[in-house]
Amino acid sequence: MINWRSTYAIYRNELMRFMRTVFGSLVSPVLTTSLYFIVFGAAIGGRMNAVGGVDYGAFIVPGLLMLTLLSESTSNASFGIYMPRFTGAIYELLSAPVGVAETLLGFVGAAATKSLILAAVILATAKIFVDYEIAHPLYALLFIILVSASFSLLGFILGVWAEGFEKLQLVPMLILTPLTFLGGTFYSIDMLAEPWRTVALANPIVYLVNGLRWTFYGQADVSIGVSLSLTLVFLVIDIAVIAWIFRTGWRLRS
Amino acid sequence: METILDIAGLTKVYPGGLKALDGVDLQIRRGEIFALLGPNGAGKTTLIGAVCGLVRVTGGTITAFGQDLAHNWRDARRRIGLVPQELGFDMFETVERGVRYSRGLFGLPPDAARIEVVLRSLSLWDKRHEQIRALSGGMKRRVLIAKALAHEPELLFLDEPTAGVDVELRRDMWRQIDRLRDQGVTVILTTHYIEEAQEMADRVGVIDKGRLLLVDEKDALMAKLGRTEARFRLAQPLAAVPDSLCAFPLHLEDDGLTLAYRGGDGAGKGKAEIAAIAQALPHQGIAYTALDQKESSLEDIFVDLVEREEAAA
Ligand SMILES: Nc1ncnc2c1ncn2[C@@H]1O[C@H](COP(=O)(O)OP(=O)(O)O)[C@@H](O)[C@H]1O
Ligand SMILES: [Mg+2]
Repeated sequence: MINWRSTYAIYRNELMRFMRTVFGSLVSPVLTTSLYFIVFGAAIGGRMNAVGGVDYGAFIVPGLLMLTLLSESTSNASFGIYMPRFTGAIYELLSAPVGVAETLLGFVGAAATKSLILAAVILATAKIFVDYEIAHPLYALLFIILVSASFSLLGFILGVWAEGFEKLQLVPMLILTPLTFLGGTFYSIDMLAEPWRTVALANPIVYLVNGLRWTFYGQADVSIGVSLSLTLVFLVIDIAVIAWIFRTGWRLRS
Repeated sequence: METILDIAGLTKVYPGGLKALDGVDLQIRRGEIFALLGPNGAGKTTLIGAVCGLVRVTGGTITAFGQDLAHNWRDARRRIGLVPQELGFDMFETVERGVRYSRGLFGLPPDAARIEVVLRSLSLWDKRHEQIRALSGGMKRRVLIAKALAHEPELLFLDEPTAGVDVELRRDMWRQIDRLRDQGVTVILTTHYIEEAQEMADRVGVIDKGRLLLVDEKDALMAKLGRTEARFRLAQPLAAVPDSLCAFPLHLEDDGLTLAYRGGDGAGKGKAEIAAIAQALPHQGIAYTALDQKESSLEDIFVDLVEREEAAA
């Protein structure tokens, strides 16, 4: 039986922490994304051909949104659980009547909520620079929620694993960001010649970027079914790892 | 009397092989103040951690409120509070929010009146809107207690509540514990100050190297363990302890140049006896040039206990 009051307490506490630093939390990603839109969308994009009938400026919106979602979901959730480990406040969580369900719904729910807020702000910002429409808004919302949740879960795992602040940034910076850049944010992988096209298809982020792109424009390099399935598989793996962490107390209980 | 917590054969071996708890058996009665007394590294924090879910035990069982903790941990933890030894919280949180969060975390609905009572009882009410990082060390410690009391626990663990705090705060803490006793809260505190156990507790357990050496009513224990030592440096050596003083636990050292006393009950009897001896000596025509007196330290007591244990084994 899930303890909803505890879940809500964790969720609320995490969001409060976010609100304390709301300016920094929002400004930096919004500024970065705006710069991309200005440079790649407005400036260079005017000289680029449309990709599959979609204006280049609009073409890169889903990829850039994905870039922010992945790195912010991961780092928000990892900080959320790493901080109490670092300060020692984790004792309270461990001694409370909460298990894996409450902890996940609380921490990961809050991180995912932050990502959704961020996504809304970024989409609004993008509207200033480029003209885009969302063909399947409900699918887009579902997909954004799934991606936010699964990468918040990944962040949670990182936050439990990391033994220092630098390690927290390792995965977002060294893995997620490069893979997103290479994952078809700025180009369609159909533009690539073989063997690079096949290599690109081995990059899981390609399926995420293209999944989101499909919800925007109704077309993408891979089918939405594949993208959704992959995201769900990733979600399930995350949850399994976290369930194992709680069962064994790994890095949490001595 | 109802047993609120029953620990049986509790063992904890840390990775690396250190045996922090070695078959601890302990029963705590509802409503009592129990002091777990032991030197640093004895295993006090580990014992508390095992009950509160911070430490995964290697062996043994813990029964709280009549239910096996391994299976019914949710219900039990709701009724247990913990004030840890080390300060640990979100420093940027305000006092009131932090305490409210603690209550919610333990699954209770918000209750502003209850939070106010807790904050006032710990003199934190005026500081409720301050960030925790702005508080002094003693105040931070009070916040930890407030957080632990926010969900109205029936069983409260205080891990070295007065280690490193000033005298005033220590007095406050003792008063707070008295109030909890009046409310019927069962309190288990750890300490390495013998006076603290003496002042607060109904019963005392002595732990060393992961083994619970003995558990007894405080008064009985103090009578058994408390020791006062005194050494009179004599102007002239004595051949034997004078007959008139043979009622006291005295012996001679340094070829008769030192008259040593070792006795008392940890509750003032030793000091009184030494005063009596100090008055008696000049009457006997025995002059002394110096007098050293000390209460035996916890260390001495442990050595004593361990030796007794080993002798018995
Ligand atoms: N996380 C840990 N890993 C390994 N050894 C530990 C850990 N925590 C405590 N210990 C060891 O276990 C013993 C008991 O520690 P502790 O329970 O903290 O004692 P106390 O609280 O009585 O000072 C000590 O020797 C300590 O070094
Ligand atoms: Mg300790």
